[in-house]
Amino acid sequence: MGRPAMRARPGRAAAAMGVALLAIPLAACGADQQGITVNLYYAPEDGLETVVENCNQRAAGRYQIVYNKLPRGADDQRLQMVRRLAAEDRDMDVLGLDLMWTQEFAGAEWIQEWTGEHRAEAEEGTLEGPLESARYEDRLYAAPKNTNVQLLWYRTDLVDEPPETWDDMMEAAQELKDAGDPHTILITGAQYEGLVVHYNSITASAGGHMLSEDGLRAEFDEGAVRALQVLRDFATSGLAHPGLTNAMEDDARLAFQTGNAAFQINWPFVYAAMQAETPELAQNVGWAPYPGVEPGSPSRSTIGGYNLAVSTYSEHPDEAFDAALCLRNAENQKFSAINSGVPPTIESVYDEPEMLEAYPMKDAILESVQNAANRPSTPAYQNVSTVLSHTLSPPSAIDPERTAEELRVSVQKALESKGVLP
Amino acid sequence: MSGERLSEDQAAPGSPADGTAEPGPSPAGGSGRGGRTGGTRSGRRTLTEGQRSERRLALLLCAPAALVMIAVTGWPIIYSVWLSLQRYDLRFPADQEFVGLANYVEVLTSSYWWTSFGVTLLITVVSVAIELVLGMALALIMHRTIVGRGLVRTSALVPYGIVTVVAAFSWRYAWTPDTGYLANLFAPGSAPLTDQASALAIITLAEVWKTTPFMALLLMAGLALVPDDLLKAASMDGAGPWQRFIKVMVPVMKPAILVALLFRTLDAFRIFDNIYVLTSGAQDTSSVSILANTNLIQALNLGIGSTMSVLIFLSVALIAFVFVKLFGTAAPGSDTEGRR
Repeated sequence: MGRPAMRARPGRAAAAMGVALLAIPLAACGADQQGITVNLYYAPEDGLETVVENCNQRAAGRYQIVYNKLPRGADDQRLQMVRRLAAEDRDMDVLGLDLMWTQEFAGAEWIQEWTGEHRAEAEEGTLEGPLESARYEDRLYAAPKNTNVQLLWYRTDLVDEPPETWDDMMEAAQELKDAGDPHTILITGAQYEGLVVHYNSITASAGGHMLSEDGLRAEFDEGAVRALQVLRDFATSGLAHPGLTNAMEDDARLAFQTGNAAFQINWPFVYAAMQAETPELAQNVGWAPYPGVEPGSPSRSTIGGYNLAVSTYSEHPDEAFDAALCLRNAENQKFSAINSGVPPTIESVYDEPEMLEAYPMKDAILESVQNAANRPSTPAYQNVSTVLSHTLSPPSAIDPERTAEELRVSVQKALESKGVLP
Repeated sequence: MSGERLSEDQAAPGSPADGTAEPGPSPAGGSGRGGRTGGTRSGRRTLTEGQRSERRLALLLCAPAALVMIAVTGWPIIYSVWLSLQRYDLRFPADQEFVGLANYVEVLTSSYWWTSFGVTLLITVVSVAIELVLGMALALIMHRTIVGRGLVRTSALVPYGIVTVVAAFSWRYAWTPDTGYLANLFAPGSAPLTDQASALAIITLAEVWKTTPFMALLLMAGLALVPDDLLKAASMDGAGPWQRFIKVMVPVMKPAILVALLFRTLDAFRIFDNIYVLTSGAQDTSSVSILANTNLIQALNLGIGSTMSVLIFLSVALIAFVFVKLFGTAAPGSDTEGRR
């Protein structure tokens, strides 16, 4: 439309530009006449296309969900969404958020609050831990799509009873070491979110808190100091894998698959991988909840997972809420759990008969999610995490009291977005 | 001023061979400029009416371009200075306020900033020094090659033609334990990219590999300015190869060397891609640009991030100032003719 006008004499260039600018939104509107498009932005997930297809059929022409794949890296996913939302991009409707970004997006008012029927449907039958991760200031801002939780994986041929606490685990490993058996303990100890997750789980298990209830002050109470001590003791015990400070999820998994380790704390995906790659080893692997700190008090493991939110700038919010609810309904969660390996957030799905085959450890997962610890709830979580991973790495250099004092200052600054981030 | 001093420097060794030097390709050349200086001086004294209106027309014709320049470079700079004076985090839109120089105090008292600053300076100085030596050697080879000249020049330029990020990924995989051939060859059983010293060495290596051809290209342009007769005359006077290089070639090439150094220093100070891919700034290997990216783009803190951007801008401006004013580098296009 704009082109013939653009060829006009230079004197009319301004007028032509005006026509061209007017023509662009008109052209965009033309595409909408075939029906409403709901743009879903989500990380690459095998099998999500089928779920989207199911929901499109269910919508029966009211809207069409288009699955736009975000980059693979978590940081890159967040960056793309943040950049576009900061510019008030109207082409994003449903957003797949790692649960740790939910408060950040809600605080910046980039996603809409869930109210009324939508809220009731999102909350119905959903586990409390994942639901808590979707709240900000007591309001619901997302619907949990899937959850995830770390378990303790141990060698049943080396260890009779799974240890209940970190101290028990180190004691058992020490005995194995003295006997000359494989004894190392693997955790994700590199300088990244994985290390922060462990610190958060241990702190919660010790009954401690990093932040005050309202998320505005850095507390690092007694339990948080105790957690620093546990991490330090573990790192200096000589029982951790030598590659501790470089290990991310896959490094820990691969090291465990060599058969030279006795314990591994990792997400459930490692079991499927073990069965595929080292089936003999998988036969001798058991699972248990995340180790606790004090004997007798249960551990609280940090949950992961993804939430679905609706962008503030969406032009079709009603359809977007509807689409989000469909993508995470019980039927589709079951499909994703079995085909994409992501544990469900709706409790009843765990009772489905097909679940046991795909998740032999489903009871342990469900139990852990029921006792879950969430990451500190603050819009500045990204800052807090960056400061934490920088300060906690390497764990062997932790000096509990001094490190806690350091964290109280640097995390406080991070909360207020005042300090420089490393 | 500095331009004129330079041309005098060059005129001294160049005068016996003026005839051969003149027609040579001399983008930053001294002798050609020297020749025009006289005309400039007389022009400064008496401007005819025609010349004056010509100048007015020139200004008018330049104005649109100048306005566009101001819009695309001037405005963002001013805007980032304005942002740097505010507390402004995209996630806390309600807390936006003017805080004066508080962000500067915060950044300049932060140990993270100074660590990154030190790392950046170290990489800049070391890589530019190595590049100068290697680039000079490469330029001499490219200049002197008789057989297969095209092939030599093309192959020398290959690293510069590869996209930095792509090259950086190749380096990263090559240095990854178990799977990388360089890691297996030089550091079996360790992860060189996870230790500060070795990671910085690898970053510098990647940077040198990538930009030495650029340095060589600029220096080769300088080599073309050295008249052959001059070298022959020096040879007749009994100067050996090293003396010819130090006493004849380097002084004649000085403007080209300084321009090459200026370009590379400014570039190296802003190093980003190689570090982003190789270590993403872990283990204290952040450059100032990486740190600014972390705070501005990832943490969405426009205030602190812009403060860093402004500080980087000031550092780069200072480097350029030192080169131009103290070392007398002639910036491209700043010959005397433009100053009338």
